[in-house]
Amino acid sequence: MSYLEYNVKYVPAGIRKLLYVDWAVVLLIIAAASMGFLMLYSISGGRAHVWMEPQLKRFGLGLVAMLVVAMVPIWFWRNMAALAYCVSLVLLIAVEFVGQTNMGAQRWLNLGFIELQPSELMKVALVMFLAAYYDWLPLGKTSHPFWVLLPVVFILTPTALVLGQPDLGTAALILAAGGAMMFVAGVHWAYFATVIGAAAGGIYAVLASRGTEWQILLDYQYRRIDTFLDPAADPLGAGYNIAQAKIALGSGGWTGRGFMQGTQSRLNFIPEKHTDFIFTTLAEEFGFLGSFALLALYGLIMFFCIASALTQKDRFAALVTLGVAINFFLYFAINMAMVMGLVPVVGVPLPLVSYGGTAMMVLLLSFGLMQSAHVHRPR
Amino acid sequence: MRRPPKESNDSARRITRRSLVLGAGQLGVIGVLGWRMHEMQVEQAEEFRFLAEENRISLRLIPPERGMIFDMNGVRLAVNEQVYRIVMLREDAGNVDEALARLRHVVTLEDGVIERAREEVMRRPAFVPVTIVDRVNWEDIARVSANAPALPGIFAEVGLSRMYPLGADTAHVVGYVGPVSDSDLARLETPDPVLRLPRFQIGKTGVENRLEDQLRGSAGTTRLEVNAVGRVMRELGRVEGTRGANVQLTIDSRLQSYVEARMEGESAAAIVMDCDTGNLLAVGNAPSFDPNLFVRGISVADWRALNENRYRPLAAKAVQGTYPPGSTFKMVTALAAFEAGVVTPEETVRCPGHMDVSGHRFHCWRRGGHGNMNFHESLKQSCDVYYYEIAQRVGIDAIAAMARKLGIGVRPDIEMSALAQGLAPDRAWKQSVRGESWRIGDTVNASIGQGYVLSSPLQLAIMTARLATGRNIMPRLVHKIDGVEQPYKGGESLGLNENDLRRVRASMYGVCNHERGTAFGSRIVAEGMRMAGKTGTSQVRRITAEERARGVLSTEDLPWERRNHALWVNYAPDEAPKFAVAVVVEHGGGGSSVAAPIGRDITLQALYDGPPPLEAYPANVRARIAEQQERIRNHVPVGGVTSERA
Repeated sequence: MSYLEYNVKYVPAGIRKLLYVDWAVVLLIIAAASMGFLMLYSISGGRAHVWMEPQLKRFGLGLVAMLVVAMVPIWFWRNMAALAYCVSLVLLIAVEFVGQTNMGAQRWLNLGFIELQPSELMKVALVMFLAAYYDWLPLGKTSHPFWVLLPVVFILTPTALVLGQPDLGTAALILAAGGAMMFVAGVHWAYFATVIGAAAGGIYAVLASRGTEWQILLDYQYRRIDTFLDPAADPLGAGYNIAQAKIALGSGGWTGRGFMQGTQSRLNFIPEKHTDFIFTTLAEEFGFLGSFALLALYGLIMFFCIASALTQKDRFAALVTLGVAINFFLYFAINMAMVMGLVPVVGVPLPLVSYGGTAMMVLLLSFGLMQSAHVHRPR
Repeated sequence: MRRPPKESNDSARRITRRSLVLGAGQLGVIGVLGWRMHEMQVEQAEEFRFLAEENRISLRLIPPERGMIFDMNGVRLAVNEQVYRIVMLREDAGNVDEALARLRHVVTLEDGVIERAREEVMRRPAFVPVTIVDRVNWEDIARVSANAPALPGIFAEVGLSRMYPLGADTAHVVGYVGPVSDSDLARLETPDPVLRLPRFQIGKTGVENRLEDQLRGSAGTTRLEVNAVGRVMRELGRVEGTRGANVQLTIDSRLQSYVEARMEGESAAAIVMDCDTGNLLAVGNAPSFDPNLFVRGISVADWRALNENRYRPLAAKAVQGTYPPGSTFKMVTALAAFEAGVVTPEETVRCPGHMDVSGHRFHCWRRGGHGNMNFHESLKQSCDVYYYEIAQRVGIDAIAAMARKLGIGVRPDIEMSALAQGLAPDRAWKQSVRGESWRIGDTVNASIGQGYVLSSPLQLAIMTARLATGRNIMPRLVHKIDGVEQPYKGGESLGLNENDLRRVRASMYGVCNHERGTAFGSRIVAEGMRMAGKTGTSQVRRITAEERARGVLSTEDLPWERRNHALWVNYAPDEAPKFAVAVVVEHGGGGSSVAAPIGRDITLQALYDGPPPLEAYPANVRARIAEQQERIRNHVPVGGVTSERA
């Protein structure tokens, strides 16, 4: 496919491209990440080298990588989409056999120079691939059953692999992101209604069958579902973490307990306080104002992404921008809802804030895609 | 291939529509998240803040130092001794096995100590100090300190532990402390939280138990910030507690030790009481036990030895044991009869050696009889028939009332555990408790302190003090608490006829100082020190007619537990009574031969406030007394500390 395929009046070239980057989004990203640096500094008790410095370096690297990706024309990325998906899939399969076990789940692939989480890569690759797929698919066939089934297979394959690691959180993210991509691509409402209805019915059947003769799952499986859904029932076991997280969050009050004054995190009551539960520390130390500010930053990032997508004439560019936004949204929404006790605890980090290499890199690369679409959009 | 613009526009429109729907949904989710934040952080903030504080702050108790117990002269009866223990902190120790192995080279440890300690160390969090050995001697502690560089994470800790310097001599009065048991806690309505501290000890018996609240003091608290695993981060605040009150007893420890030593070898009890104030100078129980064993945690073997000893060392016989008072009860019967006017002191009763009452024959201790007896002679020679007669005239209810007036059958109120009430039986009692009507034979038995009558040695001493003074003397054991003198109780007149009392006292004087008196052999010859008293020999069981037919068996022929109890009461000096003394020797045989000499020796010791001169004794016993004094001088209480260490 060539450059000419696009109905392009004017596309910036060379170094001038930098002027067309969506700087608002970049600034918002830096602002959100800065809150993360502050929190990592606080959690480590003021020892910057523990978490904050590595995170800063990675963020800087990621930011550069984002701009590099942004400089590359978006059609190049469209052409790469299928390859990215295939590579990610191969890596996901590879991790099954040679992956490193961490906290009971096989998630890491040691490539010598970098420890890679293929499931993180897959999140972006899937979004790219589905955007390319719908870009390629004639519009009229979007809701045709066969052409609906095909992307479903593309989504379910990595989902199943990730679920087998087992990494419930990431699997849920992939599934939800894929579904959302199909939704924005214009697949007919009825499909979503059917799937959601069927899922609800199935869950109801499983739960309703409990204690009856045709009980579907075994007793212990039900008990596990119980603790998963309501950890408060087991306050010293599964519920301990979430109970402590809620205490930290709630005790922040309006303005918080002050920077580095959060007792819950400083005294180790909070688990995973530098990764999945970092939001609780932020909420404890900066209170409602601090936590709402972060939520507002995230909301603004979402707003700018969607706004950028709406200005796109190109289908791939619009879809990939929306996909990046959807991934980002799912990250922070699930993480926040989890630490606030609204949804069960699954391992999902807080984007840009949680400590962690692959997630941060992949997130910034995906924003690079969004920026590339923004820079190279037809004007 | 160029796409037709229309399709592209259509696509863009569709994407726009869908993304607006998606955006709206996302905005909704963000709204929910924001609402939840507001709910938790603004509306429920107080609640969560409280929970966070509760998480973070641990209130710990600082155990108070227990009050000490002194005797009347300031001699320490219960103190807090510093004890050392060797403690290990795993996080500082590095290799636990290596550290323990090195410790084994430095100090000698019993088998199993290392293994137990190792287990405990590994079970607890690394920052919790674990005691390896408790009550380590000073040499071992010095060695551990000297080798500190080679023993990382192992150090000596000092604590306080109760110690009773006089050991067994004051065991029953002072009592002992021990670990708080569940039953201790159950007994209290709102147990002091300090009782739940590990190692905390509570008074189990005696004064330690009765004055627990005063001795314990109140715990201080320290507010600590702790992290999720319980490690202390810093102290936020501290409130000092108050140490327990010091208690001063009326006991004279020198006399107490003398009493214990004098009764050694017997199963006996003795009381020395100040006639005037009721102060208890000595509460002797023999044999006794080492209370320090209980503080340290008594071994099964020691416990069994104490429990299975037929002399019952754990029983505080002086206040807890009840015995038929035997002839020491005769003063009660006589006073009741005089009071009622049914007999005059000069009136004589003929004693043929026995008396037949409603078909039963009641014997006098002297088989041949005493002949004609007036009151004076009857008490001096302890004629039984005289009392059989006057008791029938006055009736049991008057006798019981007199007994209670003099303290028998009334539970005394002193700060010791398990005080016996004794028994002054009357018609109503027998009817309600036994469901039988009173018989005249019961009166006859009671008249000489047999049958249902029961008294503790303490009650006998109270009776003697009241006889000596005519006043309502009440026993008193605690002199001062925290420097504040405790009130004296009683002391008012009993309202008894002074003439009757004088007669009784004169006869008691006769018992000791007239040639035919039953305690003439145990008299005091020193001028101004003479005593007045009464012997008693109480039967443990009835002598059967068959045994009587075979002839009276001598004490030595009977097995110990079937021998008679030997009793003695006295006050001295006769002219101005200072001390009342009561002695009971369980299964000792005769009151005059066994109990009276003990009573005399104790009385003299009290009168002279130390070993009396031999001249106070009749010449014929001085040699033996000298020997005895020598033996007692070398007395060391079981479990006590030698004088130079005390």
